[in-house]
Amino acid sequence: MASVVAVLDLKGKSLIQRSYRDDVSPTYIERFMPLILDMEEENVTITPCFSSEGINYMHIRHNNLYLVALSKRNSNAVEIILFLHRLCAVLTEYFKEVEEESIRDNFVIIYELLDEMMDFGYPQTTESKILQEFVNAAGNVIRSEILGAVKMKCYLSGMPELRLGLNDKVMFESTGRANRGKSVEMEDVKFHQCVRLARFENDRTISFIPPDGEFELMSYRLSTPVKPLIWVEAAVENHRGSRVEYMVKIKGQFKRRSTANNVEIYVPVPDDADSPKFRASVGTVVYAPEKSAFVWKIKQLGGAKEYLMRAHFGLPSVRSGKHFSSATYARIEISFS
Amino acid sequence: MNGRAPPRKGKSPYLISGGENFELRAELNSEYRDRRADAIKRVIANMTVGKDVSGLFPDVLKNMQTEDLEQKKLVYLYLMNYAKTQPELVILAVNTFVKDTADQNPLIRALAIRTMSTLRAEKILSYLGDPLSRCLRDENPYVRKTAALCVAKVYELKPELCVDYGFVDVLRDLVGDGNPMVVANAVTALSDIHEASIMAAQSAAQNPALPRDPEDEDVSSPIIPAQKFIIDSATLSKLLLALNECSEWGRIAILNALAKYQATGVEESEQICERVMPQFQHSNGAVVLGAVKVIMVHMRNVEKQELVTQMIRKMAPPLVTLISSPPEIQWVALRNINLLLQKRPDILANEMRVFFCKYNDPPYVKVEKLDVMVRLASERNVDTLLGELKEYASEVDVDFVRKAVKAIGQTAIKIESAAPKCVQVLLDLIQTRVSYVVQEGVVVIKDIFRKYPHSYEAVIPTLCSNLDELDEPEAKASLIWIIGEYAEKIENADELLGIFLDTFKEESYAVQLQTVTAIVKLFLKKPDHAQAIVQRVLQTATKDSDNPDVRDKAYVYWRLLSTDPAAAKAVVLSVRPPISLPTTTVAPAVLDELLSEISSLASVYHKPAATFIGKGRYGVDEMSKRRADFDEADTSTRKALATVVAGQKSENLLDFDTDEPSIADTSISTNTVPAGYAPSSAAIASVAAAKNPLDELMDLFSNSNLQAPTSAPTLSVTSPNQASVAAAAAASSPFDFDVFGGQGSSSASQPANKPPASQKPSEDLLGLF
Repeated sequence: MASVVAVLDLKGKSLIQRSYRDDVSPTYIERFMPLILDMEEENVTITPCFSSEGINYMHIRHNNLYLVALSKRNSNAVEIILFLHRLCAVLTEYFKEVEEESIRDNFVIIYELLDEMMDFGYPQTTESKILQEFVNAAGNVIRSEILGAVKMKCYLSGMPELRLGLNDKVMFESTGRANRGKSVEMEDVKFHQCVRLARFENDRTISFIPPDGEFELMSYRLSTPVKPLIWVEAAVENHRGSRVEYMVKIKGQFKRRSTANNVEIYVPVPDDADSPKFRASVGTVVYAPEKSAFVWKIKQLGGAKEYLMRAHFGLPSVRSGKHFSSATYARIEISFS
Repeated sequence: MNGRAPPRKGKSPYLISGGENFELRAELNSEYRDRRADAIKRVIANMTVGKDVSGLFPDVLKNMQTEDLEQKKLVYLYLMNYAKTQPELVILAVNTFVKDTADQNPLIRALAIRTMSTLRAEKILSYLGDPLSRCLRDENPYVRKTAALCVAKVYELKPELCVDYGFVDVLRDLVGDGNPMVVANAVTALSDIHEASIMAAQSAAQNPALPRDPEDEDVSSPIIPAQKFIIDSATLSKLLLALNECSEWGRIAILNALAKYQATGVEESEQICERVMPQFQHSNGAVVLGAVKVIMVHMRNVEKQELVTQMIRKMAPPLVTLISSPPEIQWVALRNINLLLQKRPDILANEMRVFFCKYNDPPYVKVEKLDVMVRLASERNVDTLLGELKEYASEVDVDFVRKAVKAIGQTAIKIESAAPKCVQVLLDLIQTRVSYVVQEGVVVIKDIFRKYPHSYEAVIPTLCSNLDELDEPEAKASLIWIIGEYAEKIENADELLGIFLDTFKEESYAVQLQTVTAIVKLFLKKPDHAQAIVQRVLQTATKDSDNPDVRDKAYVYWRLLSTDPAAAKAVVLSVRPPISLPTTTVAPAVLDELLSEISSLASVYHKPAATFIGKGRYGVDEMSKRRADFDEADTSTRKALATVVAGQKSENLLDFDTDEPSIADTSISTNTVPAGYAPSSAAIASVAAAKNPLDELMDLFSNSNLQAPTSAPTLSVTSPNQASVAAAAAASSPFDFDVFGGQGSSSASQPANKPPASQKPSEDLLGLF
């Protein structure tokens, strides 16, 4: 029996938690990490279950997360620890990778899962096949990365030396500065020839004497999972051998003030689709048979705005299996500037 | 939303900007459905990261009536979190709730009744009775199984409601339901209610005169008859039937109930065992351990010997399989296996290899495996075991290495025929000159000497040659003890002990105590050579030590030596019974209690549940009182409980230090004890148990001082009066105690932990003298 179940990050901060009984205040979750640290300091072996001030903490570790259950009674320890492992397995099945970002991004589904998997602290259904009858997953991010560049236009007279500071995680850590606010972990940083590479190697300062005019100071890659700026969901309804319908929803997940220009969404369709019909709440849609896709173009997409588009295609009644596979592997692509 | 906002604490309204809340409110009241849906998600997102969004209660509530199941779930989730903060507004939700419990969709009916019963609002509860009655009899099993648990929820909030509506009786009917999920949850709910009503009865009995808040009176005053879950034989057969059909979690609930069932006779016990045994094959480890629990409980009554053998034989493979589960499960299993082996050492006799540590096992698993390995050690497998332990002793994890060395010592003590091999392995290890290995080795060899006196004296020179390596008090004290014991055979014993005497004042109390004793032993064995050194140590200890134990011990020796050297010899050099490895780490009665709790936290901690639940409110006294009041458990249980509570270390199962008091006890009973012995040994016991040992120590000292108000004795002064002998005898018990438990026994180490506090009593004592 568990009164509270929570997923914590490595610092002990709760990413999501669910209270099942009122006998243990969820605030005890905050004490979990200090207790672990105390035990580490006192050189006590940290065990999966321990008791402090009448509260029993049962936990497992998964990747960079702690899954913790609290109880005040003499609970069934094996049952609860097994349950936490099952929770992990179910989340993995739903989101592939179970990590901070996937927990944050999918909190709605996780709440629903926690609701079905445990009731009043007793495990209920933990088979993901059965759970899928109750809880349906929406789309999720499989892979995301950012390829970025810092461009400069220089109008300075003389040959001044410039220094550029970034919220670079590596630098923050090496200088021992408290990691306040956002810092990013850049991979594969490349610099314009004017940057003193040795200096960067040494203390992560970007110092350079810029050439006149426009140039690309640096390019980088970020693989830290970030919330996608533009979110597209597509529902495809396939009416066997006659037609296929698409409902595409686009949402700008950025600040209200900003806009994305020239957004183009490529939605793959079967090679042999014909007689397209479109209806969009904004922008224009054209069929691009040479790419086996249709393109939804939006001149300006505002932040936090959401639009819908519907498409209808006819399909020949005789089909070969090949078409199916080509359609399944194709993915929706988006470009914008 | 992405959680990277500045750190926030609990509910700090300023962090959620008024603007954002305002915006959300507008969106929640938007005329577009998808906007409202989106706003609800944002509210929940804020809630998830700990922002206080309770202010939006009425606006969220407006979105409760919706066709969208996901949105409904989110609104319900919000209600569960904030119903307590908005008791006035919750009433607005009642209509929708009641309507939803009669919805066409069973998912919605279940969702509504599940949520409604968790809202801790009096106003909601009073509308809950009828919908819950309906849902308990719903045609859909999903709704019934959900409603069954709701009864337990309601019982916690408002037991009288359950009584009024007869919900508990309905639950009893549901145990016979056709759907195993429903049966399982009915059993779960009944067990939960059973536990809750016992806990309520206990806390009521504990605080009979608890002043009640008068406003509380009408909420929880009626005395509810305890709702016990007593299984009769009709229910039993229903449970046994449902067991094979249930989901894994349902089986656990049923097995738990079966373990609590009091069988009416031998036949019934045998029937239960036979029906439960197939569960060993289940893939869920908790089901397996649940089945082991039932078998262990009901096996006590089984008379057919072949059935017992069969059960024991069948228990082994599933237990072995648990050792390949994820590490956390392994750990829980290992803790339970440790208990099982204390009761039935034969279960896993042939399976020691399974418990060999893997290099990547987490530390907590390794420690438990070591323990189990020593438990399984026998003459047949000891060679393999020693090879393995020697391997571990060369690993990098210092803690683990020490435990491995300790395990070698335990093996030597457990299996006499293997002791020579163990000693050889220990010597090999000591010759590596790795500091912590040497120190642990010395400690362990001291224990081997205590088990097999005069057997391995050949190792003493090697130990003494490592004297410079030792810097830990326990290791030093152990070596000093060895030198004292074998002083007559060590030519330069006086020199060696002199080294420790030179640094006497800097040493820890444990080392000081051993130094005093060892030099006195030396003097008694070789009086001609040690006259000077014994005078020096007694003088230093009585004059310069600020520790009452050290100082008193020195005085006792001094008086003893000056009064009657022959008596001194009889007392100090008396033969003590050899130590042994305890076969159980808890008292038999507690072991039985823990075995009937297998897979629970109690079985994992190796402590009865009452010692760790309820905020540590239950002290030793409280515990024994409760036992006496509620449970006619025999006295040994109570004693054992007290020991468990007092002995913080008793979970360190095979630690020698913990069993020392009991050895001291046996020595008390076997030796002929002079008068005045008993009271002081009682005093020592209370010192060991007392929260503040200093008070008790003071009492102890003042007693012996009353009995022996002599002037400070010297070797030349002879005052052969009866009183001082009595005092010496009386005080000889701490001394005896120290001889056995000198290395970190509780009475010696507790004052040592608080040197500033011990200053004062010793000053007072000086005044007395």
